[in-house]
Amino acid sequence: MAEPILEVSGLVKHYPLTRGILFKKQIGAVRAVDGVDFDLARGETLGIVGESGCGKSTVAKMLVNLERPTAGSIRYQGEDITKLSGRALKTVRRNIQMVFQDPYTSLNPRMTVGDIIGEPYDIHPEAAPKGDRRRRVQDLLDVVGLNPEYVNRYPHQFSGGQRQRIGIARGLALRPEVIVADEPVSALDVSVQAQVINLMERLQDEFDLSYIFIAHDLSIVRHISDRVGVMYLGRIVEIGRDAEIYDHPTHPYTQALLSAVPVPDPEAREHRERIILAGDVPSPANPPSGCRFRTRCWKARERCELEMPPLAVPAVFAAGPAAHDSACHFAEAKQVVPAETAENAGTAENAGTAENAGTAE
Amino acid sequence: MPEPNEPEGVVAGTGAGGGMGLAASEAVTLERPSGGAERTAPQGKPRSLWSDAWRDLRGDPVFVISGLVILFLVVISLWPSVIASGNPLKCDLAKAQEGSQPGHPFGYDGQGCDVYTRTVYGARNSVAVGVCATLGVAVLGSVLGGLAGFFGGIWDSVLSRTTDIFFAIPVVLGGLVLLSVVTGSTIWPVIGFMVLLGWPQISRIARGSVITARQNDYVQAARALGASNSRLLLRHIAPNAVAPVIVVATIALGTYIALEATLSYLGVGLKPPTVSWGIDISAASPYIRNAPHALLWPSGALALTVLAFIMLGDAVRDALDPKLR
Amino acid sequence: MLLEVRDLYVEFRTRDGVAKAVNGVGYGVDAGETLAVLGESGSGKSVTAQTIMGILDVPPGRITGGEVLFQGKDLLTLKEEERRKVRGAQMAMIFQDALSSLNPVLSVGDQLGEMFVVHRGLSRKDARARAIELMDRVRIPGAGQRVRDYPHQFSGGMRQRIMIAMALALEPALIIADEPTTALDVTVQAQVMDLLAELQREYDMGLILITHDLGVVADVADRIAVMYAGRIVESAPVHDVYKAPAHPYTRGLLDSIPRLDQKGRELYAIKGLPPNLMDIPPGCAFHPRCPMAQDVCRTDEPPLYEVSEDRGSACHFWRECLHG
Repeated sequence: MAEPILEVSGLVKHYPLTRGILFKKQIGAVRAVDGVDFDLARGETLGIVGESGCGKSTVAKMLVNLERPTAGSIRYQGEDITKLSGRALKTVRRNIQMVFQDPYTSLNPRMTVGDIIGEPYDIHPEAAPKGDRRRRVQDLLDVVGLNPEYVNRYPHQFSGGQRQRIGIARGLALRPEVIVADEPVSALDVSVQAQVINLMERLQDEFDLSYIFIAHDLSIVRHISDRVGVMYLGRIVEIGRDAEIYDHPTHPYTQALLSAVPVPDPEAREHRERIILAGDVPSPANPPSGCRFRTRCWKARERCELEMPPLAVPAVFAAGPAAHDSACHFAEAKQVVPAETAENAGTAENAGTAENAGTAE
Repeated sequence: MPEPNEPEGVVAGTGAGGGMGLAASEAVTLERPSGGAERTAPQGKPRSLWSDAWRDLRGDPVFVISGLVILFLVVISLWPSVIASGNPLKCDLAKAQEGSQPGHPFGYDGQGCDVYTRTVYGARNSVAVGVCATLGVAVLGSVLGGLAGFFGGIWDSVLSRTTDIFFAIPVVLGGLVLLSVVTGSTIWPVIGFMVLLGWPQISRIARGSVITARQNDYVQAARALGASNSRLLLRHIAPNAVAPVIVVATIALGTYIALEATLSYLGVGLKPPTVSWGIDISAASPYIRNAPHALLWPSGALALTVLAFIMLGDAVRDALDPKLR
Repeated sequence: MLLEVRDLYVEFRTRDGVAKAVNGVGYGVDAGETLAVLGESGSGKSVTAQTIMGILDVPPGRITGGEVLFQGKDLLTLKEEERRKVRGAQMAMIFQDALSSLNPVLSVGDQLGEMFVVHRGLSRKDARARAIELMDRVRIPGAGQRVRDYPHQFSGGMRQRIMIAMALALEPALIIADEPTTALDVTVQAQVMDLLAELQREYDMGLILITHDLGVVADVADRIAVMYAGRIVESAPVHDVYKAPAHPYTRGLLDSIPRLDQKGRELYAIKGLPPNLMDIPPGCAFHPRCPMAQDVCRTDEPPLYEVSEDRGSACHFWRECLHG
């Protein structure tokens, strides 16, 4: 694997729960993120999936420094960015940018498109000489597939997909190396999602970007990611290359998640095994002891209650196609995604074995 | 939903597939604009919210009319003698309550003073009280409320509790207590009193709308770009939070002019020989049956002024919202 | 046929013009059958459902043509009084956003019980017993205690169960579910869809499932009606559509979704945007985005051609599409 551009270790974010009108007293904490580690290689796409409340968006916010971690570090090219402030922080921000979920609220309705995409240059005047900015903004519009003459329009004059392109253009303005995309297509119509996904893949090649792609849609994450991390209640429970996660999941939660995704193939519904989880996700203010998934897990035993399973390659899978990190005491490979027809299965295999399959295409 | 096309515009993509001829990179399909039209030549100057708003306002009849009324009020406040040659303090009890006469179109009030002259001369103090109190309240309230909403924390708690305390003070009683110790006949103590009691109202509204605006993703996006707090506040939050403040402030302006009248009536506001609509309205109200004209004209002037400011506020608010164009 | 919509037209009068939301929609559903109505935002799928339920806001909405036959009666000609008796008792609706569909200041037991008090004239006490029974039926754990809880005390999945319980309360013949699981997480979505399918079998109800999710459709539907610009562009048994779509729009949708079970290269993207309902393209509304469009598509609106006995496609070139 190429050298990591981003190294996240022991990342924790607790939001204090307080009571009181004038003088606030802490009565507990919401453990939104509770010990997350991963690396991101240059040119790679790391997908992070999980259900609402699992902490994936909080991770995204910490990566772009919108939230300060309670503990842990985020190293960008070896430097811990969580402790930075002032000028040094501003420099780092140029290199890690974010694309937001909701194209309707992420663009200031009272700014023209030209001002929105050009704002990065106002904040970082050294990035582009003043006379050059307008041309750059128009170039960016062109790059994301919008008419460069639209600079004087306002966001509401565009459709959702077009707005998301504007958001992407803003994210690209400073030529960042890492883009954190938090559910970038989930607010869009199906036919427009594909346009935006294709655009993001093309831009990755064109600008040599590394992506952190956060989503709840496992199909989209598989499509775009080289590696995938699965989050549950503030922790990563399983992480590995996309074929390892989708074809050889070893954590029960991943298996349940994958088996619950509807596959657009009515033939599959009869002979597909569904793992239907009981109950709801526990509150992050009061997570279960030991393994956090144990309250909904059909394999849970006493050990799961007492001992938190580490995120590591389970000994039973030390070699073989399922060798990837999985935080389960009783990890067990199980194929839950139906095998496809011969040709498609072949493609999946290739994608899994070839190094950097995602970027080589 | 599409916007109505501007009449002078070049429609940039009629029918689906419009825009296909425009530059698009090969892998991407260019989407059709969702409606709306180019308003200027593409190579025109870059525009901003404020320049667009100003361009809109100039063409808005509501703004033009209310602006002219306000301009007229300002002119007669500064130079009342331009349209009224008489002396507002020269009264003749013999003519008390008389109606319209040549040279005295509005008739006489209960003291025999010329209503026309007094109405014209009253504009200065009434408008000055209304405008200064509103400006003071709006500036103080939105700065305090905006900062508290933006930064949150302990200052927000302190401010919220402080506004609660001010809301508990009855305005008239507060005026009687505070203004009774003031001597002299300038308008400033009255304005100061109104600002003192008025700012919590605006501050509460400003705080709420700043909190709403602050949570929007575009503020987060700007922050992620490294924008400073002042940039976030001035460029992203203020333009999106100012509308409710404008609305409440313009309505409050009328209230302040009326409050001045109430205070004057109670003897703690402006004191004769100062001339103001408030004084005249309260002086004329006992004679409403015999001399309604003495009440009608200053009240009419007051209503017109309040209406003009409310219309102005509406027009400005609409011009600052690109969605309404 | 339990419910049949025939040639329905609905438009919205707005400040900016007339938006033609529904332009000649026709579909039907039998008892015990699940019809999936698939479409993107603005396709008219929800407006059609609101018209069937009689909860369309009029104005700005206006029904300009067509009929809605429910058990043989045209609902559109019924008096509001009679309509109200149908609503809730004989057909019920489940919405996407369960939190805003429940009244936050009433306990869920009161809200469930109210159905029985209003429609069946039960006493408060009996109504509460029925409410607990219903909550059991939709598998809410500890129904006896939770009946006094308020909507915000339930999770998203549990709230959607309460909505389902409310829809089921009077054992209607037809349920319309408008994106019932869109706001839910996948694992919860699976629970809720399973429950809905099971209850449908149990009560032999007709189910109209409105969704944009091709995966959910494949999982539960018997038939599918694909809507575009306020018209049905394809109507067929669900297996046929996934095997070989007979309309280029359906084909485009199927090709544009990434799939869990395969790692594709570039996704096929339908070019352009859904049409502006105030300015629907002449001829076939899909022609500006269609890779198969010919001159005839720009001028002649295609009727719903009969592809086979139980299958229709509104495309002049359905044969080419079906076999290509």
